[in-house]
Amino acid sequence: MSISQFKYSTIPDEAEALRQEVRAFLAEALKGYPAVKRAYSWMGFDAQFSRLLGSRGWLGMALPKQYGGGEASPFARYVIIEELLAAGAPVSAHWIADRQSAPLILRFGTEAQREKYLPPICRGESYFCIGMSEPNSGSDLASITSNAQKTEAGWLLNGQKVWTTNAQHSHYMIALVRTGDKEESGRHGGMSQFIIDLSLPGVTIRPIADLSGNEHFNEVFFDNVQLDNDALIGAEGNGWGQVTAELAFERSGPERFLSSIALIHTAIAAIGKQPDALQARDIGRITARLVTLRNMSLAVTQQLSEGQNPAWAASCVKDLGNVFEQDLPEILQLLVEDQPQVGGGSDHAQVLAYLTQMAPSFSLRGGTREILRGIIARGLGLR
Amino acid sequence: MRELFESTIERLLSDIATPEYVRAAEQNVWPADLWRALEENGITLAGAPEEVGGSEASWADLFVIVRAAGQHAAPVPLVEMLLGNWLLEQCGIGSRSGILTVATDSTLTCSAGALSGELRYVPWGRNAELVVTVVTSDEGYDVVLLEPAAAERIVEGVNVAGEPRDILHFSAALPLASVPLPAGLSPSVLLAGGAMLRSAQIAGALTAIMTLTSAYAGERKQFGRPISAFQAIQQQLAVLAEQTAAANIAAEAAFAQSDTALATFSIAAAKVSTSDAASQATSIGHSVHGAIGFTREYSLHLLTRRLWAWRSEFGSSTYWSKLLGEAVCNAGAEGFWPLITQSHNEQLPISE
Repeated sequence: MSISQFKYSTIPDEAEALRQEVRAFLAEALKGYPAVKRAYSWMGFDAQFSRLLGSRGWLGMALPKQYGGGEASPFARYVIIEELLAAGAPVSAHWIADRQSAPLILRFGTEAQREKYLPPICRGESYFCIGMSEPNSGSDLASITSNAQKTEAGWLLNGQKVWTTNAQHSHYMIALVRTGDKEESGRHGGMSQFIIDLSLPGVTIRPIADLSGNEHFNEVFFDNVQLDNDALIGAEGNGWGQVTAELAFERSGPERFLSSIALIHTAIAAIGKQPDALQARDIGRITARLVTLRNMSLAVTQQLSEGQNPAWAASCVKDLGNVFEQDLPEILQLLVEDQPQVGGGSDHAQVLAYLTQMAPSFSLRGGTREILRGIIARGLGLR
Repeated sequence: MRELFESTIERLLSDIATPEYVRAAEQNVWPADLWRALEENGITLAGAPEEVGGSEASWADLFVIVRAAGQHAAPVPLVEMLLGNWLLEQCGIGSRSGILTVATDSTLTCSAGALSGELRYVPWGRNAELVVTVVTSDEGYDVVLLEPAAAERIVEGVNVAGEPRDILHFSAALPLASVPLPAGLSPSVLLAGGAMLRSAQIAGALTAIMTLTSAYAGERKQFGRPISAFQAIQQQLAVLAEQTAAANIAAEAAFAQSDTALATFSIAAAKVSTSDAASQATSIGHSVHGAIGFTREYSLHLLTRRLWAWRSEFGSSTYWSKLLGEAVCNAGAEGFWPLITQSHNEQLPISE
């Protein structure tokens, strides 16, 4: 692993050409959409909007056409998603399915699984969540105890997942569970991934209110859930390897540094065209950091487009990106004299209130700061 | 061309610009054999036209030379020469061989074709045979080529890394060449170009610090283990790696986008990103090294002292941040994101 993985890469013209189209679409579709809702970023749920994106061919873009995709390059998808995020479009419904679940199913799924799951994802009709964390397994993911036992008809699932974003709105969860004995198969062995239909008997989903009172994440209980044989995705016992393969998709995208962009917009609007020296300096420094993060993210996208697995570089992007999106409420609350307010006040006051409260989660979801830095250190040969 | 440049300069600097060599150069010894080797291998004229012995390399290709110069703390005005000759080509004076530097901090005024005043903080002003600068003229601005030998007086100074930064006093000196600054070039062109150079040198030095610090952490044992086995050290080195990666791509982007004209928006972003990275990385490098890294004998300071100098040269992080911030605020909230996605094509209005 080395910093040479970060090779300057540009968006190809045919991908760049999509930008004006999606921008025009968003200007129309989001007309009058309030700033505080734009601040929800990829936590804003709107199934109708997701279906609209699907109808325009902007979901599952990189998938083969036979499954409803567009066979577009990763850069084409990148242009679409960064425009959606920059505008604060409500993309939460399809976000995980489009980013992570569909590529996983394409790569590890059987033909039948691809035909079943991918076309509805591309239409914006089928939503996924990720089942990783458990009450006693957060950063130490390999210690999970939820398990699936082989039965005559398929699998019998028991256990519990927690902090599952969007489970309450999702049709399926792709969960990592134990299918073998930990003692026999080693720390990272004996785990498998399943596509769990969340409407099955024995599945209970309870939203958990976050500190702001919003309900994004959930606890999900599995009580003797009967799964068919085809619920298993990929090879039995290969769950850890499959999860690791997802990480580059999960950690390098623009959603890892654009979570607070709505606050940059409201701050600039509040500051106006004549910033004082302090405002100019801080807005400029934010701009420089964003430009550099985007270049890093594009470099990882280039590697993905070449079929590499840039998991190490993706960890760098996510960690630096999370620090950036967490810094923004801190920097910007010092730059504009407008105190945070909930349910009233200026756009800036409301967005500041929301993002200040959301910020702690940015470096928790998708891998904590300490775990990411541990991965980076391992890549450097330090452990 | 880029690969050839990279392997050539890497070999030359590894062989010649050893830590001992750089230390000696800091004692005011002109590194004549290093300069000769760079000349003989076509590095000093890499951007110049073929008819004068150059390779006509673009900034995108020159990036690897400038980064390597930073990585090895090359104690010569190589990067300044690349920039000076680039401007001489742009304005039609044409590239020069020898030892050439640039000056941005100037009180020079022109009277009847003769130049009087000071050029300050001139890199290797005492060693250079030629210096390129931009002066105010009756019609606007001129690019002028001067001989430091024509200076009435040279006041020698050094930056915090012991690199020559001299004051040249001129009194009615006649330039070797003087032409109007071409339309389309900012009078601050050397400041922007210099900021671009320093961003790549910083990226190179950070890369070297990263390598040195990781290796040291793997060798140094305390409590019966290499200190790299401790999470507290690993987490710091991870941040160092991130900052090094960020600096490298920021600098590379600025060079890659400057083929037709200097991409001043990206240069500003690069100087801010690299200067800020330098502050974090020097702190981590010294922290992990402990007391040995604070000694004159150990070579970490050859890199960290340069970073403390380079982050301030050709405009600090604050200088370039303010320019970026003013441009961004002027574009308004609606214009912010389009500015980011078009940043490679954006120019900043740089005041003098």
